[in-house]
Amino acid sequence: MTTATTAPATTPPTTTASATTPSATTPSVSTPPASTPTARTAGGRRRGHLHDLESEAVHILREVAGQFDRPVVLFSGGKDSVVVLHLARKAFHPAPVPFVLLHVDTGHNFPEVLEFRDRAVQRAGARLIVAAVQDWIDDGRLAERPDGTRNPLQTVPLVDTIVEQRFDAVIGGARRDEEKARAKERIFSLRDAFGGWDPRRQRPELWDLYNGRHAPGEHVRVFPLSNWTELDVWSYIRAEGIELPEIYYAHERPVFRRDGMWLTPGDWGGPRPGETVERRSVRYRTVGDMSCTGAVESAAADVAAVIEEIRATRITERGATRADDRLTEAAMEDRKREGYF
Amino acid sequence: MAATTTRDAAAGPDTATDTTTDVLGVADGMSSLDAAQFAAHAADGGADIDGDPGSAEERHGLLRFATAGSVDDGKSTLVGRLLHDSKSVLADQLDAVERTSQARGLATADLSLLVDGLRAEREQGITIDVAYRYFATPRRSFILADTPGHEQYTRNTVTGASTADLVVILVDARTGVVSQTRRHAAVAALVGVPHLLLAVNKIDLVDFDEDVFDRIAAEFDVYCRELGIGEVTAIPISALHGDNVVTRSERIRWYTGPSVLEHLETVSLDGDPAAEDAGGPAGAQPAADPAGLRFPVQYVIRPRTADLPDYRGYAGRIAAGTVRAGDRVVVLPSGRDTKVTGIDTADGSLPEAGAGDSVVLLLADDVDIARGDLIAGVHDAPPPVTEFTATVAHLADKPLRPGLRALLRYGTTAAPVLVSAIEHRLDIDTLATDAAADALRLNDIGQVRFRLAAPLPVEDFRPGGTVGALLVVDPSDGTTLAAGMAGDRRSALRPRPGGVVQKDGTVTVTPVVVPAARDEDRCPGDRPAAERAAGPANHRGPLTDPDTLSTPGP
Repeated sequence: MTTATTAPATTPPTTTASATTPSATTPSVSTPPASTPTARTAGGRRRGHLHDLESEAVHILREVAGQFDRPVVLFSGGKDSVVVLHLARKAFHPAPVPFVLLHVDTGHNFPEVLEFRDRAVQRAGARLIVAAVQDWIDDGRLAERPDGTRNPLQTVPLVDTIVEQRFDAVIGGARRDEEKARAKERIFSLRDAFGGWDPRRQRPELWDLYNGRHAPGEHVRVFPLSNWTELDVWSYIRAEGIELPEIYYAHERPVFRRDGMWLTPGDWGGPRPGETVERRSVRYRTVGDMSCTGAVESAAADVAAVIEEIRATRITERGATRADDRLTEAAMEDRKREGYF
Repeated sequence: MAATTTRDAAAGPDTATDTTTDVLGVADGMSSLDAAQFAAHAADGGADIDGDPGSAEERHGLLRFATAGSVDDGKSTLVGRLLHDSKSVLADQLDAVERTSQARGLATADLSLLVDGLRAEREQGITIDVAYRYFATPRRSFILADTPGHEQYTRNTVTGASTADLVVILVDARTGVVSQTRRHAAVAALVGVPHLLLAVNKIDLVDFDEDVFDRIAAEFDVYCRELGIGEVTAIPISALHGDNVVTRSERIRWYTGPSVLEHLETVSLDGDPAAEDAGGPAGAQPAADPAGLRFPVQYVIRPRTADLPDYRGYAGRIAAGTVRAGDRVVVLPSGRDTKVTGIDTADGSLPEAGAGDSVVLLLADDVDIARGDLIAGVHDAPPPVTEFTATVAHLADKPLRPGLRALLRYGTTAAPVLVSAIEHRLDIDTLATDAAADALRLNDIGQVRFRLAAPLPVEDFRPGGTVGALLVVDPSDGTTLAAGMAGDRRSALRPRPGGVVQKDGTVTVTPVVVPAARDEDRCPGDRPAAERAAGPANHRGPLTDPDTLSTPGP
């Protein structure tokens, strides 16, 4: 059950109504200082494809602030959501980000990522709501799946929280290059009162005119990184010096093999008998639920090495690391129709 | 200008490698989202995304293009081939395609499965919706809008073309230019796409015949001239076998121009060929004044904190022109004028910003400005109007009829609007107009007169669509009913002087005499040239008409 409400600027920015306790307790940071006037590019026009993508994303985020009453950003601490938060800070600078943040916590998240999440939220001076899947399981609204995977269980807490908090715009870091159903997604994507996505009802999206008008009870999902690729995200992370959870970089950890992926042992349900744990140098390309997010073997310990690795890879980010997309050919489309991101 | 762009793009990878370490040096020192560091980074002005140095992917350009074609001319194969041969399809994606193809009993992988992402599409073997694909080469990044050729034809093509710098139109070498081809070209012209690429596919099935290619390219060029399309390139290809898609074909020796990918990598991004088309109706504006600022205000930034109690900035993305600190501007529709005192970004203040940049403007006077207002240069500020016409593509089942009350989305404004008249419906095949039309239905294009409750600075559409583009929205459920381009886009379809598509892929502008046989090829219902006198006339003979010869260039 999420009950976070308005937080004055002086209160700690992380508010959880669930049993989850935020791990960070450092004081909140007030408004970022004013920008220092600096001529960065001596008279010349600013160019380049990352600049275009950033300008487009900033424009989209400002449209959300201009068109909606109760926007929220989905923030997991994963790299795409970290980039969205970074862009939001740039879009409204020097004012604070005018969005609440929401994390649907499966209870199987990587501890390093949760720790990073809370730190990043505080540094942004934002307010975080955590909707814990465990709470929904505890009171019987959700049942644990036989395979122990909780990623598909996120949809109900997400939609419940959207309804309860009356969010009218839900901003996410999903990209069209991730998956073929997402390739047909709009930047402003209309959802019905059940959070469902009907690909046939999507509005045509022309020029840079985003139509956020919706009926009461409906909401709009907004994807400012629609036109970014995995490589763009990493290039931007490098160019802007954005910090990420350390598990995105190569490190040694105990892992075991299942379905062709390296998984991290834990309370969520691994390893099973017959699965052996060994130490490997790995990194994560995505950070989701521990039960279905696999690591890749890697020696890429910094952002430059990661970029080189992605350039050379022959496997997509979700193909390499996400068991939940392998369930059926239309796994992502089906989950989106039910209200998943 | 085009040459410069090409050279810059080509030079990207080499120079970029040298500067990678500089970027990393700064990046390592900036390893936190901490607010203080955030601001410090903002101030350092160093190697961020706009900076110079930057790595390849930070510096090279972005080309947005769309593909259009009829059902069987091999569009999916071309897209699949382009992605596959440019190594943009990764192993697991290809595995999935191969598994599905095998399950269906196909002998080879059906590359169209790469783009048909929805269950209904795979089940029915059709493409329903525009799909966006992303790939990059060392020279450029690409966003491809793959538009279906049949269902929701106009709706999808207009959508895909609206953000495209270039449209690839496919024809089958065996059938040549068909009415669908003309339709694609007409939609691209209406939307103001600056570049067209005609891919003459299945050239192997006509024995690589040079004459076949020449005839198709010449016929298409004649049609494009009538439409006033700035630049056309024709390339003979075989999508199935990969000839001239990514690499140049050994089998088409008479063709010396670029492959499709090479052309996509080098075509000018400055849109200068489109400048011919930038003037709107009758070319009244000679596209010579790019400085006229258009800045729709998206959001007012007011921190109201102890540090910044009085800060008030106007956030937006520059739609056109440039702005410098000190410029005099006018705020519309109120008409108040004031001065720009600063251009803010999270990365620090800028002395100047231009089209496409998302910035915050600071103004000298404490004028009342809200979301929806337009900040414009004082010299060419568009006058607010309460009535205007627009060329409209209708996108919804509910027809557009006189008397309809709707919501207009224009720039960042949303305002009540009344459809006061349907002036005509355009036959996109023949470019003939039907003045008797009383409504626009799904996939119709026509000219519509609108009335506003309060004046707005609506002005003629410019290619690129950041100026003069509008949506008509159903206020009851928010449905996007129609997309519009202010002004009369049909009269913007002006003939350009004759050009000949060369074998090196360029167009040489020389007067040409069109073969007499051309008339027999016309579609039924095509109007004779004499009838098209409303706009600048349609010239198909030697260019002796002073009207055409005086058509201003870029």
